[in-house]
Amino acid sequence: MEPIIRIYDFEGASMSEVQTQIPVTVLTGYLGSGKTTLLNRILSENHGKRYAVIVNEFGEIGIDNDLIVESDEEIYEMNNGCVCCTVRGDLIRVVEGLMRRPGRFDAIVVETTGLADPVPVAQTFFMDDDVRSKTKLDAVVALVDAKHLPLRLKDSREAEDQIAFADVVVLNKTDLVNDEELRNVEAAIRAINPAAKIHRTTRAGVALDEVLDRGAFDLSRALENDPHFLEAHDHDHDDHHDDDHDHDHDHHHHDHGVSPIHDVTVQSVSLRGGEMDSKKFFPWIEKITQAEGPNILRLKGIIAFKDDPDRYVIQGVHMIIEGDHQRAWKDGESHDSRLVFIGRELDAEKLKRTFEACQAA
Amino acid sequence: MPTVAPLDLDGHCVAAAFVDDIPFFALADGMVHWLDHGQESLKLHDGLLSATTSAKNDRLISGGEDGKVMGLTSAGVAEELAGIGRKWVTSVAAGPQGALAYASGRNAWVRLPDGKVKEFVHPRSVEGVAFSPKGMRIGVARYNGATLHFPAADGKPTELQWDGAHTGITFSPDGNFLVTTMQENALHGWKLADGKHMRMTGYPAKVKSMSWSAKGRWLASSGAPAAIVWPFQSKDGPMGKAPLELGTRGNLMVTAVACHPTDEIAAIGYADGMVLAARFADQKEVLLRRPGKGAITSLAWDREGRRIAFGTEPGDCGVVDITA
Repeated sequence: MEPIIRIYDFEGASMSEVQTQIPVTVLTGYLGSGKTTLLNRILSENHGKRYAVIVNEFGEIGIDNDLIVESDEEIYEMNNGCVCCTVRGDLIRVVEGLMRRPGRFDAIVVETTGLADPVPVAQTFFMDDDVRSKTKLDAVVALVDAKHLPLRLKDSREAEDQIAFADVVVLNKTDLVNDEELRNVEAAIRAINPAAKIHRTTRAGVALDEVLDRGAFDLSRALENDPHFLEAHDHDHDDHHDDDHDHDHDHHHHDHGVSPIHDVTVQSVSLRGGEMDSKKFFPWIEKITQAEGPNILRLKGIIAFKDDPDRYVIQGVHMIIEGDHQRAWKDGESHDSRLVFIGRELDAEKLKRTFEACQAA
Repeated sequence: MPTVAPLDLDGHCVAAAFVDDIPFFALADGMVHWLDHGQESLKLHDGLLSATTSAKNDRLISGGEDGKVMGLTSAGVAEELAGIGRKWVTSVAAGPQGALAYASGRNAWVRLPDGKVKEFVHPRSVEGVAFSPKGMRIGVARYNGATLHFPAADGKPTELQWDGAHTGITFSPDGNFLVTTMQENALHGWKLADGKHMRMTGYPAKVKSMSWSAKGRWLASSGAPAAIVWPFQSKDGPMGKAPLELGTRGNLMVTAVACHPTDEIAAIGYADGMVLAARFADQKEVLLRRPGKGAITSLAWDREGRRIAFGTEPGDCGVVDITA
């Protein structure tokens, strides 16, 4: 299986598709995490936008609206021998149907159940040409319940996957835990996913512009509004400084956050380097994603190439990677390259060594 | 010279069809328009997802976002044929003696000629349904293959396995072959007598439109910058044979095909709205309609093979008269 790689226009300027694509927000989270509360807010608040919402069950949504569509979660493995190349067949069908009447809504929200794997949902928006031509994935938002997350993380891999995969984590029901519990839960989330933006809320009371229209998968915006990403390395451990049991890990576990409440199986590997040689970097990233694709949940990076006045941004889901020029480097901006892998069983040492070997001489 | 009578409608045309030789256009918003000495219109659904014509060609059959299956006669008389509540009816098919099949989610239903309804539940989504031309049998396209049911009799369905997601389905007019479109850029076929597989691959895009030529000698398909036409004259179908490529146009995709009812000619619709007719024997092409506002979504011939109704994504539909 060849990885799907879309490296746009490496020599020149323009970002790709001009056609307007409807943004899609994926909302994950367990029953009781506050998803329905958030959905009801998205559907009823006066924000001047209309949303089509794809839900697993009409059930609890208190609003009757013909733009709410029920859909069975239907995972299709692509018939190409690649086990991680999965899409959601039901989404292809529903999105196609919705997009035949595009004037009715401005954006789409896809709700998934607590047990759902977010990866096929996201991959649908990259792997299906029809869906891809009309819509674009905006962000994956995970709602977690501050009180019950520790238990969820113990008994299911899905809870961890949803956090690992998210661009935005809404840490809800913070009023049900004390300060220490809240700190620990947040540290657990940070350990699983150092790149996500975390919002502490009660009653899913996050500002809607913090979850909608984020452009997290938009290469021209990705990482731009995310200063946290650039300091992920240093930020990893802030939450632990007051915990006496981990006083030394700052010096040893640079690539792997430690959670006080959860033995994480997901790890992140943050890489830093100087200017890269494009002739070395592209074959390297292709090889890595081909070999390690099934273990990589997400990757994000900003790459500085030697003799290139523009920043190059790259992102990926399993074997699917996309890269493009984003903007010119600003005066005084340091030409550093940064890449974060979030996944399982990643060989941090090897990634680091081989990444650094791609640096320009 | 072919002449085009344009019909500018507002919105995505799901199906263009002739009902009793009157051109009908079913739009995604649920409006149906037809040209019977002037334009007539009716709101048939709140959101229309699928449409076909009855086997006798006297009714338009459609499925909607409103969970209804509707019938509409050429005189404009609408009738609700089935309702399944608040679920999308994503595919419909018409069979002999007024039998109907329709699907939503993992369920398919067959409404037999006597009005009795049978439900078939599948472990995975039903993506497409079709009636076999002979007898009362339906084929269901599903994940990892197709299932054949005999709705008039009790008994086990026949399962045809092939890995991958199958999205559309058609029986050859002689009932010897079953062909599905797939999520991958391919068609898959089975010879029903022995279950032998036929892989039809090499498409650069998903195949969304298939059409059998007269007597089922050829199967035309979209999904490439030419109409791909597979030979089905021999008992093993197209295996080991190259398909015809008709109406090749650079990188512009064919989005809809329809074979002439009697002659070996196909109408070919493209992503830019152009429509050509091409003859299989010598690949000769005739321009029927210049590029329009957007992709052709549906093509249909009238009974005599003199007119072609075409539907498009933006709604600039029309009828081509090839004899004028």
